[in-house]
Amino acid sequence: MLRRRVIFSIAVLVAFVVSSCKPKGTGNAVSGNAAAKTYVAPGKYDEFYNFVSGGFSGQLSVYGLPSGRLFRVIPVFSVDPEKGWGYSEETKPMLNTSNGFVPWDDLHHVEMSMTDGVADGKWVFVNGNNTPRLARVDLSTFRTSEIIELPNSAGNHSSPFGTENSEYIVAGTRFSVPADGAGGDVPITSYKENFKGHISFVSVDKTSGEMNLAFQLKTPGVNFDLARAGKGKSHGWFFFSCYNSEQANTLLEVNASQKDKDFIMAVNWKKAEEYVKAGKGKKQAAKYAHNKFNEETQTATSEMKNEVTVLDVTEFPDLVYFIPCPKSPHGCDVDPTGEFIVGSGKLAALLPVFSYDKIQKAIADKAFEADKYFGLPVIKYEAALYGEVEKPGLGPLHTEFDANGNAYTSFFVSSEVVKWNVKDLKVLDRQPTFYSVGHLMVPGGNTKKPFGKYLVAYNKITKDRYLPTGPELTQSAQLYDISGDKMELILDFPTIGEPHYAQAVPASLIKDKSKKIYDINHNKHPFVTKKESDTKVVREGNKVHVYMTAIRSHLAPDNIEGVKVGDEVYFHVTNLEQDWDVPHGFAVKGANNGELLIMPGETITLKWMPERAGMFPMYCTDFCSALHQEMSGYIRVSPKGSNVPIKFGLGKTAEAVAAK
Amino acid sequence: MKIAFLSKVALFVSAVGMLVSMFVPIWSIYLDAPQYPEGLRLIIKANGIFGDVDIINGLNHYIGMKTIHSEEFLEFTLLPYILGFFGLFFLWSGIKSTRFWLNFSFMAFVLFGILAMVDFYMWEYDYGHNLDPNAAIKVPGMAYQPPLIGFKQLLNFGAYSIPDIGGWIFVVCGILLLFSVLKENNIILKKKKK
Repeated sequence: MLRRRVIFSIAVLVAFVVSSCKPKGTGNAVSGNAAAKTYVAPGKYDEFYNFVSGGFSGQLSVYGLPSGRLFRVIPVFSVDPEKGWGYSEETKPMLNTSNGFVPWDDLHHVEMSMTDGVADGKWVFVNGNNTPRLARVDLSTFRTSEIIELPNSAGNHSSPFGTENSEYIVAGTRFSVPADGAGGDVPITSYKENFKGHISFVSVDKTSGEMNLAFQLKTPGVNFDLARAGKGKSHGWFFFSCYNSEQANTLLEVNASQKDKDFIMAVNWKKAEEYVKAGKGKKQAAKYAHNKFNEETQTATSEMKNEVTVLDVTEFPDLVYFIPCPKSPHGCDVDPTGEFIVGSGKLAALLPVFSYDKIQKAIADKAFEADKYFGLPVIKYEAALYGEVEKPGLGPLHTEFDANGNAYTSFFVSSEVVKWNVKDLKVLDRQPTFYSVGHLMVPGGNTKKPFGKYLVAYNKITKDRYLPTGPELTQSAQLYDISGDKMELILDFPTIGEPHYAQAVPASLIKDKSKKIYDINHNKHPFVTKKESDTKVVREGNKVHVYMTAIRSHLAPDNIEGVKVGDEVYFHVTNLEQDWDVPHGFAVKGANNGELLIMPGETITLKWMPERAGMFPMYCTDFCSALHQEMSGYIRVSPKGSNVPIKFGLGKTAEAVAAK
Repeated sequence: MKIAFLSKVALFVSAVGMLVSMFVPIWSIYLDAPQYPEGLRLIIKANGIFGDVDIINGLNHYIGMKTIHSEEFLEFTLLPYILGFFGLFFLWSGIKSTRFWLNFSFMAFVLFGILAMVDFYMWEYDYGHNLDPNAAIKVPGMAYQPPLIGFKQLLNFGAYSIPDIGGWIFVVCGILLLFSVLKENNIILKKKKK
């Protein structure tokens, strides 16, 4: 009897122990006061703006933290018929490239403009990965102001990381390729011979923000993944993670994962700048588009450039140094002091932390490995290493920092975020992510002065986290409170596209300079109509220009006749409102086009090519007022060759015109 | 008959007050509605109406109210001169320092104040009642006359009308002069003797 009871007790105990060994579910990952920490009452503002990459949507989303509320999706590299982006005549040039009009891209990373190593709230830079481009978004209008294409590149992934005063934003090619042009027509198997990496240094004008492709570094044909500029003492240096140092051209998942160590490439960009100034760069023919949106004319222009200055790094002994880094590194992140560089080998099980001082000493002492890499010095691993974080997790991707000397690293494979101390390299805490985090972000966590407080994990997989929506599921962001010793998961929210990287800045840095309207007195659009009495319809051959105004609650003119099949009709619609949050929309039945959303004081043009005769209503698409439903009109389209004259009017003038 | 030093000071202060009020807002009408949490404001100065005039004009068309244009008001041409005149008038009275000039300038000022408010009321009445018969929104029996002073709800808008800096200067000058007049004409003293 006693024996039976003992056996039974042991069985119960074993069952209990086994069940308590089961991994913790989400239930106990969320702390009790999470709701209070993320609750932003209706009408109250969030503490941070969070600019989040839209990944394969090609757009940039703007969320509030800690609420996770989505405020706006800024169209950047992909057309957006809702906002007329890439559809209006004014914005079409923004998506022009050397390949012509490209309506989509893959937006990965986000970088705030910086002054003295901290975000200054002027602009956000984002990269287009597929057709290599760099864009600048203005934070007074939350619109894309500029896009520059990058020649000799493919897969602009190692971008748009910037120096501490945004002197340069870099764009490193993920796919090494032969330089642009006919020279690319070579056998793929000639990779090692013909394929090269190119890293673009794009300078940024301090006041206008205008970008210029200052120079490119031509490097051995590795794949560049991510990058970070040095800061403080390491200002003047740039660190790029490289994988595929094997230089494989097929089945990369195996062939590019052979070596125990790939590299972090350290670039002395101040030196590169000097060499370029001294005229040591080669001027190379290239073709790349530079698109700018002029806020005065409210129109974009696309200029095709045809030359780029290239420095072949193998020709300069003191420009580039390779540092061995375990297993295909992704992140290479510089801590707030500028001393420590964390390499995240995405197939590795440890985290190396390199020391800037030791790197400098190694260079001075020539502590290089015996074998050069394509003619370039490779610093001895131990000579550059500060130390390794042991057993941090599996598959480290990216690291950011708080203001108290701690680092936070994301682990894709083990699906967790890990907090560790930069000085003693001890792991302090780990929390699961749901699931498979990519980048993480601490507000200001890449700057000299992190704000800390929150950490956001950007996850690749959501599975059972939300109500299912068929096979295609949302991706997500997860917010952790990092103000205490332990990280606490306090919120997760769905995101648009795929959230790769993000940045967050205090709301106060941006909110007060956010534009409310466009001053119509400063509207220099060539087809602006500033008064209703100036509205008109003008025929020039088969082009018909409609100078239209919109104000609550009518379009002027709202009766238009004399348009014929085969005409190109341009509606130049000016929103005459000068009040906050009174946009008007504009759409025409059957137009093979998007709509227009016209902000107060703005002029935008919709092109319409009517293909059949008949009556075509047009209307305001943005509910503007109590009489919004009345804000509409008609366009009569007559057959080709008909002799219906151009007539137009509004109210009494429409009646008078009709009576003629 | 000469007036006391303090009465003289009251006249000089009022003279300065009149000159100041030529340049500062005299009256303000605040409007707020659910869609306008930040509020709209009409600022009346000696030379015109300022503030969110264009926005208010844009809204007024729903109810058929006339749009407001400073240049259509004779008042805004005259008002700077009237205020300048009173400034000089008070200055003159102060220099003269006699009971006659004090009483005279005070009476004239009171008369001006009454006329100004009557004119303001008539202007508000005209705007509030003279509506376009083709207006989109017609509420039977509804007029949109803002309050002369104080608060009134007009459909979705709450309207609040109060003196601004210039208006308060008028009130203070009026009170100062009233006391001077009462004192100089022995109205206060007589009461005390009783």
